[in-house]
Amino acid sequence: MIEVKGLYFSYDGNEVLHNINITIHDGEFIAIMGENGAGKTTLIKHFNGLLKPSKGEVLIDGVSTREATVASLSRKVGLVFQNPDHQLFSETVFQEVAFSMRNYGYPEETIRRRVNFILETLDLRSYAETSPFMLSGGERKRVALASILVSDPKHIVLDEPTIGQDHQQKEKLKNFIVQMNTQGRTVIIVTHDVEFVVECRPKVILLSKGSILAEGSYDEILSDEDLVRRASLVPPQIGLLMSSLRDLGFNPATLDVYQAKSAIEKRLLSNVSKTL
Amino acid sequence: MIVIKAQDLTFTYSGSKKPAIENLNLEVKEGEFIVITGPSGCGKTTFARCLNALIPSFYRGEMKGFILVLGMDISKSTTSQLSKYVGFVFQNPENQLFSLSVERDVAFGPENLGLPREEVRRRVEWAMKVTGITHLRHAAPYELSGGQQQRVAIASILAMKPKIIVLDEPTSFLDPLSAHQIIETVSNLRSEMEITIILIEHRLDLASRYADRVIIMDRGRIILEGPPSKVYGEDAEAIGVGIPKISLLFNLLKREGYDLGCTPVTLEEATQAIRRRIMDDRS
Repeated sequence: MIEVKGLYFSYDGNEVLHNINITIHDGEFIAIMGENGAGKTTLIKHFNGLLKPSKGEVLIDGVSTREATVASLSRKVGLVFQNPDHQLFSETVFQEVAFSMRNYGYPEETIRRRVNFILETLDLRSYAETSPFMLSGGERKRVALASILVSDPKHIVLDEPTIGQDHQQKEKLKNFIVQMNTQGRTVIIVTHDVEFVVECRPKVILLSKGSILAEGSYDEILSDEDLVRRASLVPPQIGLLMSSLRDLGFNPATLDVYQAKSAIEKRLLSNVSKTL
Repeated sequence: MIVIKAQDLTFTYSGSKKPAIENLNLEVKEGEFIVITGPSGCGKTTFARCLNALIPSFYRGEMKGFILVLGMDISKSTTSQLSKYVGFVFQNPENQLFSLSVERDVAFGPENLGLPREEVRRRVEWAMKVTGITHLRHAAPYELSGGQQQRVAIASILAMKPKIIVLDEPTSFLDPLSAHQIIETVSNLRSEMEITIILIEHRLDLASRYADRVIIMDRGRIILEGPPSKVYGEDAEAIGVGIPKISLLFNLLKREGYDLGCTPVTLEEATQAIRRRIMDDRS
């Protein structure tokens, strides 16, 4: 469980987080959304103790981040940064991904199996012996992800995982994230990608100017056009479409393209049966 | 006027066996707004690198066929020659900005062209105005938000008065509202000046309404091209391109036997088409 209690954070005299209170239960799936500079990255850096609260506290499985080292916290909370270049440093993709497990002292055979599994899952197997710096931005991003997931942390925090990923990779990433979540891990993503959120259906925490603006289910939050725009997001296309057809009986909280398809189909069918 | 003409263009990076682009044929007219998309590794960035002769003069490899940019053969031109006419904006503006003030950053390009002081000043004012950053002139680029930084990067390109602007995923790091504003700014440039825009982008929902043509690449080749409404109605999905959700909705309905007569690119088109169909059925 991740508990954020009355968290304030300032640096250089600027308060960037104001009184944040969040409880994230084990196995929950959360999306933290909001404008550039809202404080999203600052907030998640508190989850593995990279930053400590100026006031208030953050508890990871009951332990205050003030009393734990980053090393011990990062076995529980795996944090994948937005910019992969901030975390990659090894000569080959394999070594990069194996690094944390070697550090934890796992036997080499376990490491090899586990690393190969994760490389396979993230479509990186053919790059095992390549330097991470030879890869494209999207591929480096997946290497960074692999290097965190390999040691199987209980809580996974991903900062903008979809940036630079093409549609197919995004699909795979979505399936993978959802699978990790259904296997019981807590998944927290920071993202601007409203369409990705609609497909993943997490609970949404909307952050704006360092405070929590709203919290609720993805469809509740993302169908509130005014709220969404206040956080510098653009509402999902399907939601906007349904909203502009509200007078014909469509539900503006329908955000998913397949649900919208069914609703329109049903409507057209009922029209036909009326005329018959 | 044709500003870009590629004929049977093939390029293989040295050390690689497979060509990154293969038999590419393309003509781009002056003032067109073109979106190029496709899965990672499809060759879109390689194509972009040809437009300012980074290929073949910086990235080595074997080139076949040819590409003319503003009539210049890239295999006989240098990047510094072409950079007067072809401006680049990248994913991460941080890599492109280096001065202590926005104004200095925007002035760097035209000063480097050796233009008279007065002309430099005129261009800097104009470029800051059309990108909406005049009020930030004294700010340091690193103090700005990502969206503002990307505007500065675009302004500093514009101040060179390029004929062609190439934007390689310029909005990836921006929040959707800033991304939307950047694409709109770029699109407005076309009415300000006869500039040709090549936008490389995965996110098609933002850019589609402004694009004259969408080009979908896969494995080094052009697979589909045409106006967005035409391209999104065809096999774009099958190739694995993330077409806008409203276009997808209409494709899904069509597959179920409800052909609403178009593949919409804008919300207005979609709303009208559904409304019309429901009303028609009633009467």
